[in-house]
Amino acid sequence: MLKSISRTLLGAAFVGGAFMPHAFAETSINALFMAQAAYSEADVRAMTEAFSKANPDIKVNLEFVPYEGLHDKTVLAQGSGGYDVVLFDVIWPAEYASNNVLVDVSARITEEMKKGVLPGAWTTVTYDGKSYGMPWILDTKYLFYNKEILEKAGIKSPPKTWDELAEQAKIIKDKGLLATPISWSWSQAEAAICDYTTLVSAYGGDFIKDGKPAFQSGGGLDALNYMVTSYSSGLTNPNSKEFLEEDVRKVFQNGEAAFALNWTYMYNMANDPKDSKVAGKVGVVPAPGVAGKSEVSAVNGSMGLGITTASKHPEEAWKFITFMTSQQTQNQYAKLSLPIWASSYDDPEVTKGQEELIAAAKLGLAAMYPRPTTPKYQELSTALQQAIQESLLGQAKPEDALKSAAENSGL
Amino acid sequence: MSGSWMTTRAWLLMLPLLAVMISVIGWPLVDTVRLSFTDARLVGTEGSFVGLDNYARMLSGANFQRTLVTTTWFAVISVAAEMVLGVLAALLLNQQFYGRTVLRALMILPWALPTVVNATLWRLIYNPEYGALNAALTQAGLLDAYRSWLGEPNTALAALIVADCWKNFPLVALIALAALQAVPRDITAASMVDGAGPIARFRFVILPYLVGPLLVALVLRTIEAFKVFDIIWVMTRGGPANSTRTLSILVYQEAFSFQRAGSGASLALIVTLLVTVLAVAYAALVRKAAGSAS
Repeated sequence: MLKSISRTLLGAAFVGGAFMPHAFAETSINALFMAQAAYSEADVRAMTEAFSKANPDIKVNLEFVPYEGLHDKTVLAQGSGGYDVVLFDVIWPAEYASNNVLVDVSARITEEMKKGVLPGAWTTVTYDGKSYGMPWILDTKYLFYNKEILEKAGIKSPPKTWDELAEQAKIIKDKGLLATPISWSWSQAEAAICDYTTLVSAYGGDFIKDGKPAFQSGGGLDALNYMVTSYSSGLTNPNSKEFLEEDVRKVFQNGEAAFALNWTYMYNMANDPKDSKVAGKVGVVPAPGVAGKSEVSAVNGSMGLGITTASKHPEEAWKFITFMTSQQTQNQYAKLSLPIWASSYDDPEVTKGQEELIAAAKLGLAAMYPRPTTPKYQELSTALQQAIQESLLGQAKPEDALKSAAENSGL
Repeated sequence: MSGSWMTTRAWLLMLPLLAVMISVIGWPLVDTVRLSFTDARLVGTEGSFVGLDNYARMLSGANFQRTLVTTTWFAVISVAAEMVLGVLAALLLNQQFYGRTVLRALMILPWALPTVVNATLWRLIYNPEYGALNAALTQAGLLDAYRSWLGEPNTALAALIVADCWKNFPLVALIALAALQAVPRDITAASMVDGAGPIARFRFVILPYLVGPLLVALVLRTIEAFKVFDIIWVMTRGGPANSTRTLSILVYQEAFSFQRAGSGASLALIVTLLVTVLAVAYAALVRKAAGSAS
């Protein structure tokens, strides 16, 4: 009797199971990602597919925009309740928190996450002591170099300081190996600020001191002077002033740059013989330092995943975020973006084939320097972009350009 | 009696359309005017009344004056070039020759292209490392080395104007071509018999037929060019060093990037006012031209 009841129940469960997809009210969430640097669109789609397999009741609609459109799209969609999960850059939590764009998820973060994730990664999602998401892309700019060109120029080891970088570039230029050996992303965009910040960190500068702009003198000025000298002396590819990261990658992959500053993702892309002329010749080290001031330099270019205040499905959204940022997912896709989890850096599955990058990452990620944390970041950044370009073009002296940037920064 | 019924009927028939226009154009416009007197932010605060502060700040800022100059240059040169190119293309396509139909269809292509696609195409053409323009000019011996067209302030705006012209001259050509079809054959034939050369024929016989339609094209194109945003946003984002930043880009930055909805709205209304002045001036011109034609 009992047996037959249990069998009936089992049968019912079986039938019910067959109708599962219909029985569950399927929840659909919208997520906004970027199609530029770090994980490729294909990677994000593959991760999401794995998530959907594990959670058939949650449907994730993905949307990709270029980095330049990410901030504005996120803010504009708030009114219409467009996205549940958004990718955000390290420079936005201050503004998003003050404007109530992202949900405070401090309570959702487990002890396990707190212990496992690298301490530096948390700065990406934190503002005023609260966490507004999970770090996802842990990234900084590295100095990439073309081993073959350095060898031809008789250079034994890549530069340890920015002055050495200029000297080595000069040797390469003088030997006629390349007319303009260094490539940067100095277009009127955030990319230029990332390169500038790397140099500011090398020169020990400050963006803001006691709430007031402080980049007009000291390290901030030294950094811009270095850029201008490198540009006007012909060591830097003059087209750098209209390059974004992808342009730098193409130039480097074509063997037309001996040195290039770029994010993690370039390492494995430039080493792919299908796409790159310099596969197997790609060297990577942390961005150099300045004698007496720093050993290496790095900008915090990390990004996180957060839940918008407009989301009607925060539970499902958090489930998705937890999956995307899990150690298992990140280890599996560690070729274009390195994991946020400390123990991954000793996992052979992650390090295999990219030992050089991992070695550079250990130094670079520990030295990551933040861009200023302020709700008015967009204004500050826009003013600095203008100052950098005016100085490069010779329209203004670096000190004057930075002074007017400080005045127009809204701070 | 029947006259007033006609009026009532006309209003009744227009009512649905008017209702739609009031809700999608009228109301947002009124709300923009309200916003422009507040310090509202895009997200967060509703803002409080600040009087004419936004207008004063926007109009006195160095950014506004510089962008107004850039925008005017862009509008004047691109529209002038489009008018000349458009009329020349129309004159050519009005001739009898083999393959004319194919050419007429092909000419529409750039205009039919979405602006973003057009901008991306031209970015590739201007690319400083592997762009077609650099390749063509160096191979023809006109240029010593590849150069950065969109990275230099003195070429960036010109490069944008060329891209914009390529896209928009077909509209002018299309309007001019339609007007040319209306020129009676016997008048041109008679002027030829009278010994008028091609230039005199164009000036005295054909041009009077073109003036009215061309003025319409001029109004449309000037207003569009003055409001230009997308092609520039895709190609230079206003760079290098803000040398290609137009009024619309300034509005976008103020309202959306910096999230100051209040001052963004005031700036948008200033632009609207400028465009309205242009439109009214042109409308007067069109009326005058129509008056002298009849």
